[in-house]
Amino acid sequence: MHDFDYATLLLALFAGAIRVGTPFLFVSLGECLTEKGGRVNLGLEGILVCGAMTGYAASFYTGSAWLGVLAAGCSGLLLGVLHGVVCSLPRVNDIAFGIALMLLGTGLAFFLGKPFIQPQAPMLPSIDLGAWSSNERLHHALQINALFFVGVALALLLQWGLSATRWGLALRLVGDHAETARALGYRLTGTRIAATAAGGFLAAVGGAYLSLYYPGSWNEGLSSGQGLMAVALVIFARWQPWRCLLAALLFGAAGALGPALQAVGVTSGYYLFNAAPYALTLLIMILTCRPDRTLSSAPGELSLTR
Amino acid sequence: MTTLPAPGVAAPTGPTASPWRRLRSALLNGVAPALPTLCALAGTLLLFVLFLLVQGKPAGDACLLIYQGAFGTLFAWQNTLQRAAPLLLTALCVALPARVGLIVIGGEGALALGGLAAAVMPQLLPGLPALVMLVLMAVAAMLAGGLWIALCGGLRQWRGVNETISSLLLSYLAVAVFKHLVEGPLRDPASLNKPSTLPLPDPYLVGSLPGLEVHWGLAWGAIACIAAWVFLRHSVSGFAMGVVGGNVRTARLVGLSVNRLVLTACALGGAAAGLAGMFEVSAVQGSATSALLAGYGFSGILVAFAARQNPLAIIVCAIVIGGVEASGSLLQRRLDLPDATTLVLQGLLFCNLLAWESITGRLAALKLRWQQAAPTLPSKESRHA
Repeated sequence: MHDFDYATLLLALFAGAIRVGTPFLFVSLGECLTEKGGRVNLGLEGILVCGAMTGYAASFYTGSAWLGVLAAGCSGLLLGVLHGVVCSLPRVNDIAFGIALMLLGTGLAFFLGKPFIQPQAPMLPSIDLGAWSSNERLHHALQINALFFVGVALALLLQWGLSATRWGLALRLVGDHAETARALGYRLTGTRIAATAAGGFLAAVGGAYLSLYYPGSWNEGLSSGQGLMAVALVIFARWQPWRCLLAALLFGAAGALGPALQAVGVTSGYYLFNAAPYALTLLIMILTCRPDRTLSSAPGELSLTR
Repeated sequence: MTTLPAPGVAAPTGPTASPWRRLRSALLNGVAPALPTLCALAGTLLLFVLFLLVQGKPAGDACLLIYQGAFGTLFAWQNTLQRAAPLLLTALCVALPARVGLIVIGGEGALALGGLAAAVMPQLLPGLPALVMLVLMAVAAMLAGGLWIALCGGLRQWRGVNETISSLLLSYLAVAVFKHLVEGPLRDPASLNKPSTLPLPDPYLVGSLPGLEVHWGLAWGAIACIAAWVFLRHSVSGFAMGVVGGNVRTARLVGLSVNRLVLTACALGGAAAGLAGMFEVSAVQGSATSALLAGYGFSGILVAFAARQNPLAIIVCAIVIGGVEASGSLLQRRLDLPDATTLVLQGLLFCNLLAWESITGRLAALKLRWQQAAPTLPSKESRHA
């Protein structure tokens, strides 16, 4: 074994945790919200790709990356509403429809995004927190995108909102025990559609981060399954938004492992290191799931854990 | 208040109403089961045409070209069947686990590993006769794919891990291992810009079906589908799998070994996908390259759902979806549409198929209401003849 530059490696992992973890954060918050209402949306993967394309295109046309983020969110909202409405029909399985939405969202994004592969759109700005440091690498690692802070604020807001507001309680009740919610006069269908739509919005914002900041361009290989890993991430986070934040950082670090190792000169096994998030996800699911009982704190109406 | 006629007694309206009633019952019994699919097809076509028209693209020409590119000429048919061949097998990778109630979407990984296993066999055991080697390659591919998907079933049964997510994660992992090996340790040094394993020696290449330029994988795929249908329909194990898929508690109550059945279904499905990989390597590519990862595993999901997980219907659906995919290049050449056009069409089709499934319940309710409103006439001659 040759000498590792551990400081560089750790710094790259730290920077990567935030840089790669931010889309995970948004998608997992979206999935968390959806699942709190008792539905699973595997289509977040398609929504993410669609959001990445919409965000990039809108940013290109309007010249404002933030308008791009908003446009991406709206595209996600629409697809989320589609999932919410169709899954409210009788005999429609939410997992199966999620797979279909994955295909549709990806197809739409590839079709409509064809003209945007070449041109350069305005990117999201990053906040320079490392100006005090004379170390070039540390300075670079501390340039953190504004969306990350939005995500952190959102995680805390959702944590508070789900536990302390009337809306949050209603959503959790609908997801935990539909019959009680119905008996108390809450509208199941409307609540679930709203939760899925909001989840779609967040997932698409995560996608916009991919195309507008890191890696920062629109192409067809942009997503590497973040939308699906979010489902596992939410299970790992036990449906708690603030834990989604921690889990997203962990997954970000795992995703940054391949590039970080490359930065210190390990080039063999590139594909294997890049697959670290998948292995981590699988490992976490194997460790946290139990066959004989549903997970504690899982929403009771969730088909995923039954 | 009118009094209802007693059941079995001819309604007062008598024979005058019977043609309408006969038509109605014919509609209900003949057309109703196909109605969700027909509505889904119509809905897909409508949305697809709208999607193109909104963008000012020639929608009519596009639809015509899709038909021509899929089934218009002999060449198109061969292209379609060539693509349908792996879809037959990857769809089984969804349909067989679906029988025990699992939604497995990791066929792509099983296909990759199957192809890789088939590609390395000639290097491990050089100099074997062609027939022996082909059988060995098929067995290796089926083992690789089968074990991979059985792992999803195992994780589900023993650890409670959701099989949809785990199968996709395992598929990503399989693809990573595949790329690592193909571009690393197993790479043919002569393959410069398109990394691949050592090419298969000529005798080990699978040929075409007589009279067609479509490889034998098509025939074996169709045989596998028919065998799967016979197995699920007419064998005790197949029936037991249906019980497990219907209600696990009932299955346990009547003493079925649920774990064994789930693992078997997953392993058989994975073996089918692995076999698809073997044919792609030995009949199409000639070695294991990343061209193997053309999305057949994912299209197989759509095929299986379109076929409502029925192995015989998979044969038809695989040809239709294979045709849609085959027409992509024609659309691109003639109308300058993106190659993702067929992906949009497939996505719309998938969404429509699932959404229209919901009218099945309404149809049953309608049937019940019509039957209650007018008790069916006992047709005198036929009943008592």
